[in-house]
Amino acid sequence: MHGLSVSHLRKAFDSATSTFSLALVVATVVLACSPSANALPAFARKYGLRCSACHESWPMLNYFGQKFKDNGYQLMNDRDAPIWQNPGYWPVVFRITPIWHRVSVGKVQVDTYTGGALDGGQAIQRISSSGFDLSGLDFHTGGTLEKNISFYLLPSSDPTGAFHFEQVFVRFDNIGHSPWFNFKLGRFELDNLLSEKRILTLTGNGGIYQTYHFIPVGDGNIFGQIGDNQLGIEYLGHSVDDRTRISASLVSSSDGNVNLSTTANAYTAFIAGSQAFDLGRAGVQRIGFYAMAGEASTYYLTSGGGVPIPGSGIANKGFSREGFVGQFYFGPHVGLTVVTQHGSDNVWFGQGYGNAEATDGNGGTTCTSPIPNGCPPNNVPGTTLPAGSQAPSWNGVTFEGHYIYSPQLIFIGRYEAERMSQQANGDVCGGVACPSNLGNISTYTIGFRYNPFMTSRAGLAWHNEYNWLHQDGTGPSLNGLFTNINTSEILMGLDFDF
Amino acid sequence: MRTRLQNWTLLLSSAALLVFPSASSAQLTTSDIQTRIGAESHVGNITGHAKDAALPYRRYCVGCHGPLGDGNGENAPWMQPPMYQQPRDFQLGIFKCRSTPTGTLPTDQDLFDAITRGFDRSNMPQWNTLSKQERADLVAWVKHFSPRWANEKPGTPITIPPEPEVTAERIKAGRDVFARVQCWKCHGVQGMANGPSASTLADDLGRPIAPFNFTDGSRPKCGDTDQDIYRIFMTGLDGTPMPSFADNIKPEEAWDLVFYLRTFMAQKSKEKEMAKQLALKPVDPNAPVGQQ
Repeated sequence: MHGLSVSHLRKAFDSATSTFSLALVVATVVLACSPSANALPAFARKYGLRCSACHESWPMLNYFGQKFKDNGYQLMNDRDAPIWQNPGYWPVVFRITPIWHRVSVGKVQVDTYTGGALDGGQAIQRISSSGFDLSGLDFHTGGTLEKNISFYLLPSSDPTGAFHFEQVFVRFDNIGHSPWFNFKLGRFELDNLLSEKRILTLTGNGGIYQTYHFIPVGDGNIFGQIGDNQLGIEYLGHSVDDRTRISASLVSSSDGNVNLSTTANAYTAFIAGSQAFDLGRAGVQRIGFYAMAGEASTYYLTSGGGVPIPGSGIANKGFSREGFVGQFYFGPHVGLTVVTQHGSDNVWFGQGYGNAEATDGNGGTTCTSPIPNGCPPNNVPGTTLPAGSQAPSWNGVTFEGHYIYSPQLIFIGRYEAERMSQQANGDVCGGVACPSNLGNISTYTIGFRYNPFMTSRAGLAWHNEYNWLHQDGTGPSLNGLFTNINTSEILMGLDFDF
Repeated sequence: MRTRLQNWTLLLSSAALLVFPSASSAQLTTSDIQTRIGAESHVGNITGHAKDAALPYRRYCVGCHGPLGDGNGENAPWMQPPMYQQPRDFQLGIFKCRSTPTGTLPTDQDLFDAITRGFDRSNMPQWNTLSKQERADLVAWVKHFSPRWANEKPGTPITIPPEPEVTAERIKAGRDVFARVQCWKCHGVQGMANGPSASTLADDLGRPIAPFNFTDGSRPKCGDTDQDIYRIFMTGLDGTPMPSFADNIKPEEAWDLVFYLRTFMAQKSKEKEMAKQLALKPVDPNAPVGQQ
């Protein structure tokens, strides 16, 4: 056996550096020699436009893409109806992302051992995991059934292959030849100017907008998450050039869950509007608003000794989300999108009532045990609120900036902050007033996406991203005190669709 | 033998090339075209600059029109006539939709309007979501592809007299003009694009081309107002078999023809109603000249 000398290490390092350099050169040559300039290839194939025509960077839409979507996936020429397509045309696209990522969770409560056996103790430590992985698989299919009648169907799986229907809807557009009358029915994303379903980032915490999903600590209202696809009907109206947009949706307060299992007989309304302005060389700027108001059950009828009966929710309580949005450009390369939110939940939600079915958001696990064993609380007759309970409310903001070097390369930076303005108190903090910052979130995400080629047939992006998230007071603790927690993730992947 | 410094230099420069790919890419235009990168456009009070349009052209247009503006983008082979129209070859400097006489260059406003309006019956969409500045820059970019813009001035836009009142007599007179200048030979006696010459038509590059079908609900290529249709008769669609009739028909006759063509169109119109009341019959190509 012989040890490694410094010179051996240096040679090995030089050799590795040379090999890596060579690999980079080869990759560079391959990428540079690829045909220059990428969309839902089903639409791109239909119309012969490159991805970049509709997407700032796939999948985020630009104004032209937004208008295309608002017109029911039509360019509004006489080739929109499917009769004009080659009979072999089948508007299906699949998307999956092989990745390598490293996830680091700052505080995890772990068992301790003594002499090779559990000693009954606990410790707090950081856990970091890294490895190669897969995203879920999306099958996008959408297009026109006839002029001004279109559809979208998105069966989607998690990385293990368990499928659900992420989006399904039928649209009727330009009713009476007016762009102001468009309707759709099904499961769809709310008319969010900054679309979460078209987010440019992929990490666990960075792949969603915290502002769209924020739920106060202990709160049982999962139904106000405007980032989730919802089941309902939507009206949309827009001007011919899409500068002015208004929409109104009526959705079931089920957070998109099917079978009326989570909440039945309760509805949520969502309205949004925006106006764009042409500011010369700066580009087209858009400002708008959104508001969501709804109610959801807090009492589920039970049978069999307290097992909730799906779809039996009553005792509806209210919640709301509202905010402003702005999409600003500073020339052709730099863009900034801002979303604000003020949210408030009824005091009952603040104490954990609401989601008695405990679904995972996609029709997954359902609470089948008698409440409250393993299930959220149920507002059964005679229930009273804990002393000191109050309606939780909060404010949030999302800043997402883009530097568009070219249609093939985009840099992304995002900062989000969620700040509680009124804690629920009551049982959430064991009968004492909660710390004012309990549950506050700060997170930033940076990354870039590089498309080595861009055609109207397929898309491939080399995706690199880092996310860091900090939340106040939700970390594990051995002494009962609230502790803060930081998590981070770095991810590299090849995001492709065909 | 390479030093570590050389290795690192190679490593870093390769990484830089990966991150900034465009810096290593070949120019999209030939040196000849590049000499005209200073081209400008003037649309209203907006001045467009070709040099500022490279990014939007690459984002929106290059897939069809190609990096050299010659209409040979990657999608061009899939746009075969007669179902599709091939993308415009900007290098030729020949444009269908103009306000200027046949054979002359269009105005910047003409090109701006074409980009804004798009072309029905083709893959060219309406780009009215782009800012006016971006569209003006793209006009300048389109101009920089052709040497014609360096050597010629755009034509002077034709004058369109005020539109007269639609009357039954004018519609009947329009029918006579339709017969006299033999519009039916290409467009068919009922405007259904099935005239005896329809199947033989080709553009200046020898590619098959179909006449406009007035009856299928499509928008006329160069705009759907009465003035737009009038303008087509008087300027022609350069590069296609549709000639200018400026020397053959008088302005009032051109208006009569506009009114008659409206009777073919699928959209509801006063002219259509009047033609129904008149029980106007299609022209008869076999009747003696003057009695068609």
